[in-house]
Amino acid sequence: MPSNLIQSMQPQTRTFELVNLSANDYKSGVRPVWCPGCGDYGVLASFSKALADLRIPPEQIVIVSGIGCSSRFPIFVNSYGLHGTHGRALPLATGVKMAQPELVVVAVGGDGDAFSIGMGHFPHIARRNPDITYLVMDNEIYGLTKGQPSPTSPVGMEKKASPYGTLETPLDPILLALASNASFVARGFSSKPKELTELIKAAMQHKGFSFVQIISPCVSFNDMTQEFKGATLPIPATHDPRDRLAAMKLAEHPGGMYLGIFYQQPRPTYEEKMQSLQDKNARADYDLPEMMSRFMR
Amino acid sequence: MSRSDFTVRVGGDSATGGIITTGEIFARIAAYAGLDVYTTRTIPSEIKGGHVMFQARLASTAVWSQGDDLDMLVAFDQESIDRYFKLIRFGGVLVFNSNDGQPPAVTDGVTTYALPLNEIAKSINFQRGRNLIAIGALVKLFGLPFETATTVIEKQLGRKKELLEQNIGALKTGFDYVEKNITPTAPYSLKPRADAPEHDRLVLNGNQALALGAFAAGCRFFAGYPITPATDIMEFLAGEFPRIGGTLIQAEDEIAALGMAMGASYTGARAMTATSGPGLSLMTELIGHATMSELPVVIVDVQRAGPSTGMPTKVTQGDLRISVFGAHDDAPRIVLAPVSVEDCFYQMINAFNLAEKYQTPVIFLSDQDMSVRVQTIAPFDLTRVQHAPRWLWESNGVNQSYARYAITPSGISPMALPGMKGGQYVAEGLEHLPSGAPDYTPEVHFENMEKRARKIRSAASEADRMRLLERFGDRGAPLVILGWGSTIGPVREAVARAQKEGMKVEVLYTKLIFPLPRDQIAEFIAERKAILVPELNHTGQYARMIQAEFWREVVSLRKFGGIPFTTQEIYDRIKQIYAAKCKPKGRGARALPTRRAKKRIIRKS
Repeated sequence: MPSNLIQSMQPQTRTFELVNLSANDYKSGVRPVWCPGCGDYGVLASFSKALADLRIPPEQIVIVSGIGCSSRFPIFVNSYGLHGTHGRALPLATGVKMAQPELVVVAVGGDGDAFSIGMGHFPHIARRNPDITYLVMDNEIYGLTKGQPSPTSPVGMEKKASPYGTLETPLDPILLALASNASFVARGFSSKPKELTELIKAAMQHKGFSFVQIISPCVSFNDMTQEFKGATLPIPATHDPRDRLAAMKLAEHPGGMYLGIFYQQPRPTYEEKMQSLQDKNARADYDLPEMMSRFMR
Repeated sequence: MSRSDFTVRVGGDSATGGIITTGEIFARIAAYAGLDVYTTRTIPSEIKGGHVMFQARLASTAVWSQGDDLDMLVAFDQESIDRYFKLIRFGGVLVFNSNDGQPPAVTDGVTTYALPLNEIAKSINFQRGRNLIAIGALVKLFGLPFETATTVIEKQLGRKKELLEQNIGALKTGFDYVEKNITPTAPYSLKPRADAPEHDRLVLNGNQALALGAFAAGCRFFAGYPITPATDIMEFLAGEFPRIGGTLIQAEDEIAALGMAMGASYTGARAMTATSGPGLSLMTELIGHATMSELPVVIVDVQRAGPSTGMPTKVTQGDLRISVFGAHDDAPRIVLAPVSVEDCFYQMINAFNLAEKYQTPVIFLSDQDMSVRVQTIAPFDLTRVQHAPRWLWESNGVNQSYARYAITPSGISPMALPGMKGGQYVAEGLEHLPSGAPDYTPEVHFENMEKRARKIRSAASEADRMRLLERFGDRGAPLVILGWGSTIGPVREAVARAQKEGMKVEVLYTKLIFPLPRDQIAEFIAERKAILVPELNHTGQYARMIQAEFWREVVSLRKFGGIPFTTQEIYDRIKQIYAAKCKPKGRGARALPTRRAKKRIIRKS
């Protein structure tokens, strides 16, 4: 990973004490249901390592997910978890964060969950910019339902539900995140665990909504592991991650898939803005009788 | 002529503006002058254009419905005269805009007063002031104090000083016009309530009462999406929450709104959303999740006529079935329905307490009529405000394993909140072991289905303690009315009228819709000759639920035009059933043929 990527990060203000645990201590003990060789194992390993490196107490972490193979993720992590309904990880996570801003909130899911059924929520969490990290494990396929094309599948993909090839153009999650003005946009790869760990750490240390598209191949229904290995390349060290247009150009790069941080530009978080709204309008003496008295004749 | 009970209706085209404002402000002036008010209105769903109607019942005694016949019609245009003139009772009054309408040739016992509203407005160079001119005229006609009117207008419209002066000027112009030009042949005066000191009444609508109830219940997290007629709950709390450290989010859709509330609840916050039918339809999947993951959350549904987009500004009680049964597979939840504006406050507190105690979604069924109805009510009894806590898990310090979904006799299991060390678990939408880990074995599913159902069933035991039943009338009466929601108003008045005529009727309203307070209903309907179930929907949703539960024949009285029951409609049905089924044995005892008699009739023919 290029050295310029995580330099601008600020230390987080946390209300809890840091702990010293191994990556293994962040595993729940429930055995993952993923197929052998699934990219998600790599993501789980990198994620556990990132938590150990960041020294976050397990009880301060809430992992929220929707439905899909990768949405089983919270079950395998030693943390609090909320395994929601299909596509709804982001609103659930927003509720958690806004009610308890000191918690470390991570939303996880797959490309179907994020960009098909849950798509409507994506631009809005980017607009709000709560301090939530969103890890999307993108395998370009619906795995749990056994291999239907997803919003990121290439055009012409022949599957049981598209025996003559898909007609739709795939959407680009990085461009989508950039266009939505997410304050942190990155891409990682499950087969590059060290880089992925650093990327997850950078995302979690970013104050604001951080989006990481993680290429995580499905070995059973769309095994592109080798193709991806050949296609990925690191983002050039010369790239300025504060330049959104340059990031878009990188994302459009036809010759391969860049890995690393495309864009990072901190701005006030949703919970910070809410807090200042409350501070500005707070009235210590305001109570129910006074509220009621406004309706008295 | 002095009357204790007076119904006035204001009609006009919403495009010209201010019809509803006229009614609302006039009702408030009456309320401030010491009268009880009960309002209703019909409005088109569009912002501008279309006929609108506002009705206010003003009385010096407590009133429970909008009133059937009109004592006065205030018509801003010809259409209002054409529509409503026939509703004015004998001896009533028509006040009409003589620049846009003429009364019928035969007025038949109705006194008419012409008010050239357009001309008067023109004379003061304030075209949009017609509504205030009309209010001024009404204040004078009713003999209400002018100072009270200015107080209300300052409170309601006093944001911009310049405009306020203009408004008060228009009010005075209308007041003076009546003084100079109209000599009432039958002047009206309404006496304030004798038992009412000056500042002891609240004047508010159902949505405001409900929002105050949420605040009282300790709700500090609200997420919602704009939808008529629930939006003003969100708007009200948006102004209030920042003052008390509450968080309010306008979500991108209703699914997100409920999702955010559930996420907040997961951390221990008392959280809610408010919507109407279409939003509730969207939320259905997450409601099932809240049942499965056992997350407390309160979902307000201000019912509006459907299906689909339906009639956004008209009332229904048609969401009972989706509230009770709307889910894939059996997903028990608690459903509450307040019966009045006042009750919205208290039931909101119950809704939160039930949600927290039973760790369940609670659906709160208000309706469009109750939500916009401005009523004068007694100040809320704040000593009744109590918070039932959620049963939280407590770590014993040693390395114990926590079972979030432990099978317990009550079905309720202690809950850990993020931040509690050792309490890590996953709130699951999948079927799960007590630990929360997914599991699909038949035994586990069986145990959990039982657990979730047992938990909700046991909530019925709260019915008496939380005052979830309202019962009145003659004990042991042959005819009973079993009902729910805001139909209680016209029922109360219809029963009083029937009682005056010697009929014996008893009434039970269950504010707990699910689980049904089974024992209380069974005792109530036992040994009765007839059970009347009035409700505002097409299929008799509550009646059918009662029939399925108790295997009893009921008379299902249904109305589904998008407007509330009138007292007359309920009364007529009481009288009819009473004559047919409830007369003492002897002459005329068998108005309806028995089954055997029917057979005989068939054979004869």
